Amino acid sequence: MSSKTALHAKHLEAGAKMVDFFGWEMPISYGSQIEEHHAVRQDAGMFDVSHMTIVDVTGEQAQPYLRYLLANDVAKLQDKGKALYSGMLNEAGGVVDDLIVYHFDATNYRLVVNSATREKDMNWLLSKAEGFAVTITEKPDFAMLAVQGPGAKDKAANLFSEAQKEAVAGMKPFYGVQAEDLFIATTGYTGEAGYEIMVPVARAAQFWQELLNAGVKPCGLGARDTLRLEAGMNLYGQDMDETISPLAANMGWTITWEPAERNFVGRQALETLKAQGTDKLVGLVMKEKGVLRAGQKIKTDNGEGVITSGTFSPTLGHAIAMARIPAGTPATVEVEMRKKWVTVDVVKPCFVRNGKSAL
Amino acid sequence: MSNIPSDLRYAATHEWVRPEGDGVFTVGISEHAQDLLGDMVFVDLPDAGDKVSTGDDVAVAESVKAASDVYAPLTGEVIAINEDLEDSPELVNSDPYGDGWLFKIKADDPEEVEGLLNAEGYQASIDEE
Repeated sequence: MSSKTALHAKHLEAGAKMVDFFGWEMPISYGSQIEEHHAVRQDAGMFDVSHMTIVDVTGEQAQPYLRYLLANDVAKLQDKGKALYSGMLNEAGGVVDDLIVYHFDATNYRLVVNSATREKDMNWLLSKAEGFAVTITEKPDFAMLAVQGPGAKDKAANLFSEAQKEAVAGMKPFYGVQAEDLFIATTGYTGEAGYEIMVPVARAAQFWQELLNAGVKPCGLGARDTLRLEAGMNLYGQDMDETISPLAANMGWTITWEPAERNFVGRQALETLKAQGTDKLVGLVMKEKGVLRAGQKIKTDNGEGVITSGTFSPTLGHAIAMARIPAGTPATVEVEMRKKWVTVDVVKPCFVRNGKSAL
Repeated sequence: MSNIPSDLRYAATHEWVRPEGDGVFTVGISEHAQDLLGDMVFVDLPDAGDKVSTGDDVAVAESVKAASDVYAPLTGEVIAINEDLEDSPELVNSDPYGDGWLFKIKADDPEEVEGLLNAEGYQASIDEE
């Protein structure tokens, strides 16, 4: 039996094609995936991300617990509401999940973790909490909507009370604030400005309808995937998993090595991997006809690799991909496409930012 | 329920065929097929003049989701291709039985079309998938 979000009926009302997404019945698109993609790049689109898991971590030792649990260091967070992206690693240095953590104070944090790994993550969070004075609480009473695009903030503001408008005024990227009944964060998965908003379940459908009335276009998982890939953002289970270290997933920047005495899960293994050298995740661009796809094989002078995510980029009008290849800095690699080997360019894995080509 | 015009013939691999007279047949992919594939981004067509045999993979319909082979539903010669698809592959989505046609074949044996499915048969083959 699949789970449904609080917005399920609204998706059907909007003509969504629904698919199974790790046990959740979610919209893949409402018609044209490419039109939804362009709506986010050019104006404003919204995604139901209620299937993601919200977890509050509170208590006297919330900070030391998270400093042990995560490869990035929550002690770097000083401002109330500041968010941090981090991998949660296993002892072998593989990624159990990637997540966002919001800091309210040293005894009060909120995590947002992937839906695909909900049960595994909860078990992991609880098992690592042993010996720490922390309380770990899932928050299933919220729906979550991402409103993204250059026009997203203005349109969303139509729904905010005066107090909520005041709370988000001048809020920089990667912050979150609880304002009356809404938790409003300047985070996202598209490379555009906008909000991720946690809404009490009882208000979710009405909130969706009001965004629709404000001119925000409903967007499905299909557009969400092409947008995040253009923005060079990893997808858990595809670009990294428990067998891949953050060093081999373009997540080196999320590992905080200093202070050296901070022991976090996976640290020892990461230090060894770093000394040995690892594969790396790069971007690929192909301007000829055809589409790069996940799973396609790659040949480089230093050995073989594989495409982890690939798509047609609606913004750029050609194929883009992320690929894991052996260490080295080749300008081009060979990709096996439909039984032919094609030469494609290697770039940094970030293709589009704020509506414009980053190439 | 997808649209399956009764004046066309179909291959189980989702191509449709429209008799234009004089042994010439227009070929495209069905509404059901374009719906499965989603937004089309490239259509790789054969060249006019190509000799094709029934079942040959002669074209590729590539969408945001997947690349899918298109098979020749009849044996003959490709006499025209839909050049509008070069710049507007989305015509396959918006008008699969009209402006989204792929190519025209001059059949070696125009009677071969009788071996293809009718609308009812195609509907049944979709239902079995």
